[in-house]
Amino acid sequence: MPIAQDVNARLRKLPVWPIYAIAPLPPLWLLWQGLNGQLGVDPVKVMEHWMGLRGLQVLIFVLAITPIRNLTGISLIRFRRALGLVGFFYICLHLLIWLVLDVQIVGQIVADILKRPYITIGMAAFVLMIPLALTSNNWSVRKLGPQWRLLHKLNYVIVLLGGVHFFMLVKGWQLEPMIYLAVIFVLLALRAAPLRRMRLA
Amino acid sequence: MTPRWKNDLPYSAITPKAAWLSRRAIMAGAGAMLAASALPRGARAKIDAAPSSFSTDEKPNTFEEITTYNNFYEFGTGKRDPAANAGSLTTDPWAVEIGGLVERPGTYDLADILKGAALEERIYRLRCVEGWSMVIPWIGFEMRHVLDLAGVQPAAKYVRMETLYRPEEMPYQRQPILDWPYVEGLRLDEAMHPLTILATGLYGEEMPNQNGAPLRLVVPWKYGFKSIKSIVKIELVENEPLNTWKQTNPREYGFYSNVNPEVDHPRWSQATERRITSKLFGASRIETQMFNGYGEHVAGMYAGMDLSKFY
Repeated sequence: MPIAQDVNARLRKLPVWPIYAIAPLPPLWLLWQGLNGQLGVDPVKVMEHWMGLRGLQVLIFVLAITPIRNLTGISLIRFRRALGLVGFFYICLHLLIWLVLDVQIVGQIVADILKRPYITIGMAAFVLMIPLALTSNNWSVRKLGPQWRLLHKLNYVIVLLGGVHFFMLVKGWQLEPMIYLAVIFVLLALRAAPLRRMRLA
Repeated sequence: MTPRWKNDLPYSAITPKAAWLSRRAIMAGAGAMLAASALPRGARAKIDAAPSSFSTDEKPNTFEEITTYNNFYEFGTGKRDPAANAGSLTTDPWAVEIGGLVERPGTYDLADILKGAALEERIYRLRCVEGWSMVIPWIGFEMRHVLDLAGVQPAAKYVRMETLYRPEEMPYQRQPILDWPYVEGLRLDEAMHPLTILATGLYGEEMPNQNGAPLRLVVPWKYGFKSIKSIVKIELVENEPLNTWKQTNPREYGFYSNVNPEVDHPRWSQATERRITSKLFGASRIETQMFNGYGEHVAGMYAGMDLSKFY
């Protein structure tokens, strides 16, 4: 695929660090709008949902990187670690807003995590992300060897839990969370299908 | 010789009044209505209303908060969607079909219903099943006025109500979010209770579309979804009607839906609520009160009932 080779050659020249530099800007813009009354009458929920949704979107994109390479030959793997960490950072902010601005009461936070399935699921996804974030560095990759790859397959579970968390929290039959879940299922199914062999053949 | 003209149209071919009223409404020009509904506070028709001892002395939410943070799924599922999309709703003319077990069934024009209705300002707490709350200065009249107008037959035990079904003006009725039209119901004693009102306005002005214009129910001791909006049908029935949210998810939503901090929603706690405020760091959680604080007036109606079973 000459086009893919061309794209890959250009991508190789791009540095990774701007992802880390740009990632905090949208949340800061959101906070600024919230402080200045530009997020409507319930800024807490707007911020909470916005951070959760962006986090999920970034993590779904991370899950799409391998299928994109398999299907088009375009490789974004150099950016995967940075994007994964940005997704984790956004979900941390989502959680922080929920803890500090939304629920506020410690007793109820604990009760919610234990008793509310959609919060239990969201919390489980967050906890599973922690070892992945901690091992997103070259030292860990070398140290863990083949186990590192196995560990980071947890991302399949994490994104699926994130999609289910979103699906469970809405009332009625809403289209948006169903689309997210469908995209996640497709991305996971592409891994089960023998696409890699097809490409090599 | 020409034969004598003979009417061979059956009686069933006559267009019901509700249908032609609603058709005329569509033709009346949605454009004018579109402009009207987007009006800010102070630009709408004023309503005179007497104060009420049922009003709370808590500070009401702002007009902006009340009119830009709504659940009205006919206009979208986002909180800001109704304010953005409800402009297309034609609310004049408006008729309400009152039927079932009543002495005088028929299609009542809204103007005829309002004749003789004692309008009051009722400043009520509103607690949403989702865990947030507001204080809203409604304008309305007690629902029993309408029931008396139609004359309730002794066999009637429940009231069943329907929201307008008009997908041309309520765009999300084209999507299967809920089984349209929206249906709600009350037990007859609940409907006859002096706290239960049909509201026609808020903040001293006629009702904004996104809040359920031109006529909506307000039952302050129940979760907000019981307070059905833009009512076109009121039916007196013998058996408990199936309300839309109970039909959608009977495990999570019941018929009674009384505000109750001790009975949690399966997905979240109902022990506390967030009073809506547009200040980012001003929102604090408050304890949810039994019957939303209206227990002294309404608790008696549920004496002996297991409210964790009849949620």
